Amino acid sequence: MESALELRRRIAAGEISLDSYYEALLSECESAKARFNCLTAITNQLAMATVERLKTNMKNDRPKGRLFGLPVVVKDNICLRDYPTTCASKILENFVPPYDATVIGRLIAEDAVIIAKANMDEFAMGSSNENSAFGPVLNPHDITRIPGGSSGGSAVAVAAGLTPMALGSDTGGSVRQPAAHCGVVGLKPTYGAVSRYGLVAYASSLDQIGPLACDVESAALLYSVIAGHDERDSTSAEISICDYPAEMQKSVKGLRIGLPREYFGDGLDGEIRTSIEAMIAQMKFEGAEFVDVSLPHTEYAIATYYIIADAEASSNLARYDGVKYGLRAKNDDLLSMYTNTRHEGFGAEVKRRIMLGTYVLSAGYYDAYYQKAMNVRSILKREFADVYKVVDVLLTPTTPTTAFKIGEKSNDPLEMYLSDIYTVSANLAGVPAMSVPIGRDGKNLPIGLQLTAKHFDEAVLFRVGKAVERLAK
Amino acid sequence: MNYEAVIGLEVHAQLLTKSKIFCGCSAHFGQQPNSATCPVCLGLPGALPVLNKRAVDFALKMILAVGGRVGKQSVFARKNYFYPDLPKGYQISQYDKPIGVGGAISFIDGGIAKSINLTRIHLEEDAGKSLHPENASQGYTRVDVNRCGTPLIEIVSEPDIRTPHEAFLYLHALKQIVEYLGICDGNMEEGSLRCDANVSIRPIGETTLGTKTEVKNLNSIRGVERAITYEIGRQIAVVSSGGKVVQQTLLYNDADGKCYPMRSKEESHDYRYFPDPDLVTLCIDDFWIAEVAASQPELPIARRERFVSNYGIPAYDAEVLTTTLQLADYFEAVVEHCGDAKLASNWIMTEVLARLKDQQIDISEFAITPTRLGELIGKIKAKAITGKIAKDLFELMLSDSRDLDVIISEKGLAPVTDSGDLKKLIDKIIADHPDEVARYREGKTKLFAFFVGQLMKATQGKADPETAGALLKARLDE
Ligand SMILES: [Zn+2]
Repeated sequence: MESALELRRRIAAGEISLDSYYEALLSECESAKARFNCLTAITNQLAMATVERLKTNMKNDRPKGRLFGLPVVVKDNICLRDYPTTCASKILENFVPPYDATVIGRLIAEDAVIIAKANMDEFAMGSSNENSAFGPVLNPHDITRIPGGSSGGSAVAVAAGLTPMALGSDTGGSVRQPAAHCGVVGLKPTYGAVSRYGLVAYASSLDQIGPLACDVESAALLYSVIAGHDERDSTSAEISICDYPAEMQKSVKGLRIGLPREYFGDGLDGEIRTSIEAMIAQMKFEGAEFVDVSLPHTEYAIATYYIIADAEASSNLARYDGVKYGLRAKNDDLLSMYTNTRHEGFGAEVKRRIMLGTYVLSAGYYDAYYQKAMNVRSILKREFADVYKVVDVLLTPTTPTTAFKIGEKSNDPLEMYLSDIYTVSANLAGVPAMSVPIGRDGKNLPIGLQLTAKHFDEAVLFRVGKAVERLAK
Repeated sequence: MNYEAVIGLEVHAQLLTKSKIFCGCSAHFGQQPNSATCPVCLGLPGALPVLNKRAVDFALKMILAVGGRVGKQSVFARKNYFYPDLPKGYQISQYDKPIGVGGAISFIDGGIAKSINLTRIHLEEDAGKSLHPENASQGYTRVDVNRCGTPLIEIVSEPDIRTPHEAFLYLHALKQIVEYLGICDGNMEEGSLRCDANVSIRPIGETTLGTKTEVKNLNSIRGVERAITYEIGRQIAVVSSGGKVVQQTLLYNDADGKCYPMRSKEESHDYRYFPDPDLVTLCIDDFWIAEVAASQPELPIARRERFVSNYGIPAYDAEVLTTTLQLADYFEAVVEHCGDAKLASNWIMTEVLARLKDQQIDISEFAITPTRLGELIGKIKAKAITGKIAKDLFELMLSDSRDLDVIISEKGLAPVTDSGDLKKLIDKIIADHPDEVARYREGKTKLFAFFVGQLMKATQGKADPETAGALLKARLDE
């Protein structure tokens, strides 16, 4: 897939006809949808209307947006006006939001063409994309394997070449882990960098919308469009978007890169370890300096994450009660309306997390679980802050293994939760992290490398990511 | 055995901000159900709350007015429960870090100054309204979301209240404060001010607390007093007959003055409070507090004291005149127009308040504006009318808004001041009452009042009392 910048240049220059490009692309979407189940809906009408508008703009020589004519696939938990936003759940199967998420508005303002909504794990809860009410998404590198989750559909849309860029959301690794499994770039921005307005909440203090893209440059472009303060999201930050193309010109020479020992212990696949070590050697050769560091509380990250995320989810998902929108199951009275609707509407994993989250917030358990998890989270944040006094960026694997088989872990939630072992800490600490593909394993499955930086230093991720991408070729 | 009651009140006051607490919708919704709504207050997926700073200003006004301490780092928390009129499945409230801590509300009870300490004041959003069918077996309960997100402050008192009457006075004083501050209209009947009472009893001298019940559905200040009176009596009866008070929630029924238990299923809530991750810590710096403090209006107690010292009116009158902000403003407007605080006070305390009571209206709905009442008093002072005629004129003014001079001349209400006319009338009275004149002249000077009465009758009250009295006395003493 050619980079977004190159595609935009060719479309804007008229080298590619918008009409024929989108006619072909939309039918390709149909076929990808059938083969990989990566899309919940193809937004034909919106795409064609946008194309018409862009053609008029071209004809009248109007200024062209930064995403002029570029196709974008959007995860189905991001509200797109007048199209169902299902979160891959039966409970929202028929929910049509009357408003656009902030990120959608920003895409449209920069002349992007939204072509489809992407399949996902129900309510973004999952690491394999097997939890969708509309069936699992298949990995295009091996359709017997999972694409990762929860933004599996977005990662597959990029990996299958439908689009150079897609939007996902990352609560505990949901952009980076499928990016690693599908061989694409995935960025989880700093918490607060991208507005969450219009992102259907899973765990509000951890959720961030982030780009999945065919290369680092395209990810940086999409990030620079969606990032920035939004007065409709109280947790969104005032940030300045730096000059990413310039950053990506810089070499890694003189950068101090940390290798946290907790990310290279038992449980890391040997082939992943080998290819990361090879990459480290290449980067040393280019003048990067590597430092062994430690984030001692990493071992508590998974437990901490699942307590906090589930607690918030139990409250965030209370609104799906059959009263106002979405599914309302057959019932005899108020209580049975609630119980039947939620029983029929939610899948098993969602129910499991609501139960866990309700439990950890309950009287008598709050201090032992939720409060303790919040304390550990503070410690983790501090550990990250301390480590960035010594290094510019951390380099780790994104996942402990490459893509596993469909069904392999679906009966063992704990095993499944461990897929997120290297990704959840960045969400807990709120720091930005990016997965960049660095090669394949013996089964020809993509391997991802994760870079993690300090708050609002996405620039260094793009700089180092670009170098990694170049060296991996 | 003698018991004392231990009472604490939780009061919710709806704030008069233009927009709701977490979205831009109008907080002054019309009649059309579900019209003043948006994705945020409807709890649509993906919508996020943004705090309305005016609601914070209003909460700060109350905290400063009661001498509370401002929580400089306060946190919004989610109170989780399912109910159809709660669109998100949780209410955004405050829990362990409220915006206000402490403070007190003072009042005078039978001449004794009392003060009830406050535990806390916190900000929260209101829920919607469930409109139940009259007959439960017919039709659906309908939900009106308009009220969702209306800002509220909850004012929680310490269990320092000991009698139903203290509870009445506390609420009265609280209502007065929010009205003076202009942050709430104080209307309990319409629910913009709501009160729940926690009531327990214990033998006098005991220091530990008894088991409490929570009484809800209190729709007037008098209702609160009645409900607490009933509940104290009920608890004493239970304990006296060897029983134990059960901790429960009761609903007060104003029709029969009794409290009835709520179904227990509805009260066994574990609200699972936790900090709302969609909102950041509310940081209030000294500058913000100073800004609010600078905009504080004069409060009831201060105004009462100023009325006594500035206008020289009795403390009791000052208290009555400051009962509501509107009445106090009315009084001061009358004074401004007539320059006589004592007359203004007398007229309002007697004539005006009596009319308000008769017509069951508020001073803001009263037909005679302060300007016109001031004019009327001015006419008395300038002797353009007599005091007695003034009352008749006042009566006419209730339904006649024409210029006072027009009414006076049309109705012939101007005083008879011409001494020639008066002398003729006096001569006639003396001629008609020889016996009384004789007795007066023998020393029964108390009969003077009789002659004044006769003269007033003859002039239909229009004789200027001073002139008339002097002429009459001179004639009788001849
Ligand atoms: Zn609203």
